[in-house]
Amino acid sequence: MPVNSIRIDDLTFCYNGLEILSDISFTVNKGDYLGIVGPNGSGKSTLIKNILGILKPQKGCINIFGQPLNTFRQWNKIGYLPQRLNALNTHFPGTVEEIVQLGLRGEKTPYLKQTLELMGIEHLSSRLIGELSYGEQQLTMLARALVSQPQLLIFDEPTTALDPETREHFYSLTEKLNRNSGTTIILITHDTGVIGKYAHNLLYLDKKIIFSGTFKDFCNSPAMTGFFGPVSQHMICHQHTEPDEVIANGTKRNI
Amino acid sequence: MELSEIFKYGFVQRAILAGVLIAAISSMLGVFLVLRRFSLIGDGLAHITFGSVAVVLLIGISPFYVTLAALPIVMISSLVILKLTSTKRIQGDAAIGIVSSIGIAAGIILTSLSGGYNVDLLSYLFGNILTVNQTELILSSIVFLIVVATVVFFYHDLFAITFDEELARSMGIKTREINVILFLLTALAAVLAMKVAGIMLVSAMLILPPLTALQLSISFRMTLIAALIFSVLSVISGIMISFLLNLPAGGTIVIMNVVFLLLVFGVKKISVLQR
Repeated sequence: MPVNSIRIDDLTFCYNGLEILSDISFTVNKGDYLGIVGPNGSGKSTLIKNILGILKPQKGCINIFGQPLNTFRQWNKIGYLPQRLNALNTHFPGTVEEIVQLGLRGEKTPYLKQTLELMGIEHLSSRLIGELSYGEQQLTMLARALVSQPQLLIFDEPTTALDPETREHFYSLTEKLNRNSGTTIILITHDTGVIGKYAHNLLYLDKKIIFSGTFKDFCNSPAMTGFFGPVSQHMICHQHTEPDEVIANGTKRNI
Repeated sequence: MELSEIFKYGFVQRAILAGVLIAAISSMLGVFLVLRRFSLIGDGLAHITFGSVAVVLLIGISPFYVTLAALPIVMISSLVILKLTSTKRIQGDAAIGIVSSIGIAAGIILTSLSGGYNVDLLSYLFGNILTVNQTELILSSIVFLIVVATVVFFYHDLFAITFDEELARSMGIKTREINVILFLLTALAAVLAMKVAGIMLVSAMLILPPLTALQLSISFRMTLIAALIFSVLSVISGIMISFLLNLPAGGTIVIMNVVFLLLVFGVKKISVLQR
């Protein structure tokens, strides 16, 4: 029986007595590419923080690679890119190389240089992170998440600060990692239309799971039509693909 | 008096050795604290130290063991600050303020009960590194070794937590345990630094050298080393100047720290303008 990357059962999380997540259950299989979408305040980041052990749920079970979260220790199998650096101190004296090395727990391996090159930031390796643009900081953080060659990558709104070209490069990189290396990917975004091109499955969250399935199912779902309205749903589903190409045959377009 | 003659005195040798060790301890810890916006923890713990010293002197413990006797209260207080901060309902600076106020208030009341300020308490308030005794020198050496070992052994974890605590937690780093270690070591540093700079100036020992090093815009590892160098230089030059000019050592050491900060800041400004 294959081991799931993540399995969540009946997860409920409250903050200050307010229910942020309610009875969340889903499974992410090895090699899956899951897009998590939903409006602001829907609990997307909270869900990820529960998975990573940053927040503790009031109820429910989280299993990572077949192990309960509280006994899971192989954190180098997971690469995480947070939504935004928590109030990054612009005077923080960490160089790009030092920050990326964080992902290797301080070790120096040949993959460090390779990852810097892959992200196109090798020329910035000795620069301080606080001196970089927001986009360059994001690429540095992405390199940090990738450098340990993790089996599971979790991205929380990773493309917010990136220009369209870098954004496209980022998405095709995630697709390559998923396809060629079998890396499981969970990506949170507001951009349902774009993630629909890459993710195998979508999870629409609004404190609880509103929808779970493929992008094709999402576009054909009467429940989602009722939720978004036909015009919005059409715009999401046809945002970046040719009308004829949209999920007509259920396959994804290659970049 | 010749400068070389100063070093012939045993109490000066002890002062310089203890000063260098305490400078190294406080500067290394200071880098992590300043970057995590806990700069004023030194102030808060120093005020607790004031209260603790007042308790110790009131009980009548020998002045030789005042530093040692004050340690437990200050260490517990550092954990109280950490606990208050981690509740997220109280911000770090407010938590330090609460504990600091309690320390000062308790100190004032206990001092009054013991019949007012005496010479011993004043020496702790304003510092007198030249009165460092053998016990304090041994304590400084032990704490120095513990701090160096902690920074080397937990360097990766400390770096990650300083950069982003939440991210560190997502990497499986035991942030709570690391924070406890950092705060307990800071308590030790604050108690030791009161002998060098005095309770009033303990935070300067924790803040100024890291701040000077940060002006250099160098890597994290080099910032730690630079802070240590500036701190040690300030202590050595401060003791020498104070001896030659008959000035209070604690104040002179802190002023030397400020001189290095202004010097580095000035050089940086000039180099920016020349670009």
